[in-house]
Amino acid sequence: MTKIHIPTPLRQYTAKQADVQVKGGTVGDALSDLTARHPDLRRHLYTEEGKLRSFVNVYLNDDDVRYLQKEATAIKDGDNISIVPSIAGGRS
Amino acid sequence: MLRISRSNYDSLRRHGEATYPYESCGVLLGQVNGDVRVVTSVARCGNTRKDSPQNRYNIDPKELIRIQRGGRERGEDIVGFYHSHPDHPARWSPTDLAEAHWFGCSYVITSVEKGRAVTTNSFELTGSEENGKKLVDEEVEIDLFMGRT
Ligand SMILES: [Zn+2]
Repeated sequence: MTKIHIPTPLRQYTAKQADVQVKGGTVGDALSDLTARHPDLRRHLYTEEGKLRSFVNVYLNDDDVRYLQKEATAIKDGDNISIVPSIAGGRS
Repeated sequence: MLRISRSNYDSLRRHGEATYPYESCGVLLGQVNGDVRVVTSVARCGNTRKDSPQNRYNIDPKELIRIQRGGRERGEDIVGFYHSHPDHPARWSPTDLAEAHWFGCSYVITSVEKGRAVTTNSFELTGSEENGKKLVDEEVEIDLFMGRT
């Protein structure tokens, strides 16, 4: 099992759970299992074309999966996945 | 509404002075109590926007994960974020709104004029979808006695 950490704004879609235990051999499988358990999450993570939204960062332990093998990145028992919406802005 | 101790409030304002003329940024940790976000600690972050730090900020997700982990060990959650506007009013900009994605969290902005923190305002990101989201003015209650031991 792999633990996915849910950021505060998305917990309304996971029955307030901060962590969800999921199954799967890759990051993509783990996210699919997550959205199968909590279907309302799906549209907040993915675009209508089924791509991860650009501002949704997915980290496997301490690494951005974009710089690993993206959703094909292999995971093992005890790994932690974090979903982190980006935090940015600017005055103009 | 955002409730914050005087020392945490001063800390986030001073951060904006320290990074002037560049934008400062950081994370507010605490608890949500009904409609009130209670800040129990403030974590300063680096600004990854080295290309345009005078008018842009970005928090490294890796740094956020570390802060989040530390917070959870103390029973704290992420309740908001702060950043500064060097020589610019403490109002959100179209960029701030476009890049705000943490619904139900507070976005605190401090104007820093000629190196001195002037006004600090807080806005709640309301809505639940990218379409129709809003940054809405919220009250900031500075609690003089909170956090004293
Ligand atoms: Zn701003």
